[in-house]
Amino acid sequence: MCNQSVGLIASTIEKAGIPTVGISLLREVTEKVRPPRTLFVPFPFGYPLGRPNQPDLQHQVIAAALELLKAPEPLPILVDFVVHGLTIP
Amino acid sequence: MARIEDLSLPHRIFMKAYRFHSEDWRPGASLDKRLSESKIALVTTAALHLPEQPAFDDNIRGGDSSFRELPADVDVSQLKIAHRSSAFDQTGALQDRNLVFPLDRFRELVSRGTAGALNHRHFSLMGSITAPARLISETAPAVASLLRKDEVDTAFLLPV
Repeated sequence: MCNQSVGLIASTIEKAGIPTVGISLLREVTEKVRPPRTLFVPFPFGYPLGRPNQPDLQHQVIAAALELLKAPEPLPILVDFVVHGLTIP
Repeated sequence: MARIEDLSLPHRIFMKAYRFHSEDWRPGASLDKRLSESKIALVTTAALHLPEQPAFDDNIRGGDSSFRELPADVDVSQLKIAHRSSAFDQTGALQDRNLVFPLDRFRELVSRGTAGALNHRHFSLMGSITAPARLISETAPAVASLLRKDEVDTAFLLPV
């Protein structure tokens, strides 16, 4: 249910006038909640930034998400995170 | 990759039947300045809390909709994880809280000049909320109000 909660919180913050960007682990849920900007990541539950103690991968995910703040409208946008050469657990 | 099919049978049955909620945010906000000039706040639903803060209560029917403020100078390795959902594998987060609350990564972005600044507080909730009425009517607006008061430019949110 975390993905619904993130979407609802993001939507509420956005409505208050602050642009938001969120990570999603579950596309099926985020497509229903439809928050403004979401990076869908191909990682297991509990691993929104990929892997523990891998700052480079974590930075890649964060950078891809932050890029969505610059993306042209129309909102909502739901973009897949793609990383080459990574074996997804 | 996470899919509803990856969840345990009770979770799968629940999720397939559940009517998901949404909240109208249109027309949306836009970041009117560079990220390098922006103040950022993090929001995690990993149920992190300071050792001296009360833990989230997993026994509240429909979910615990409260939030905890996490100060910007916190040592993330000291944060407790109150999440009890079996759908959330805590192994990685217990090794590295940045996996679910990347405060050290954002500190690095600020030190590199990629991001402008971090807010003096960030927010943690326990995301396993199946009855989100209070989240929608009280908790999320309260968090949004604090972010506005803090003049935060953008919020970055992570589920588990």
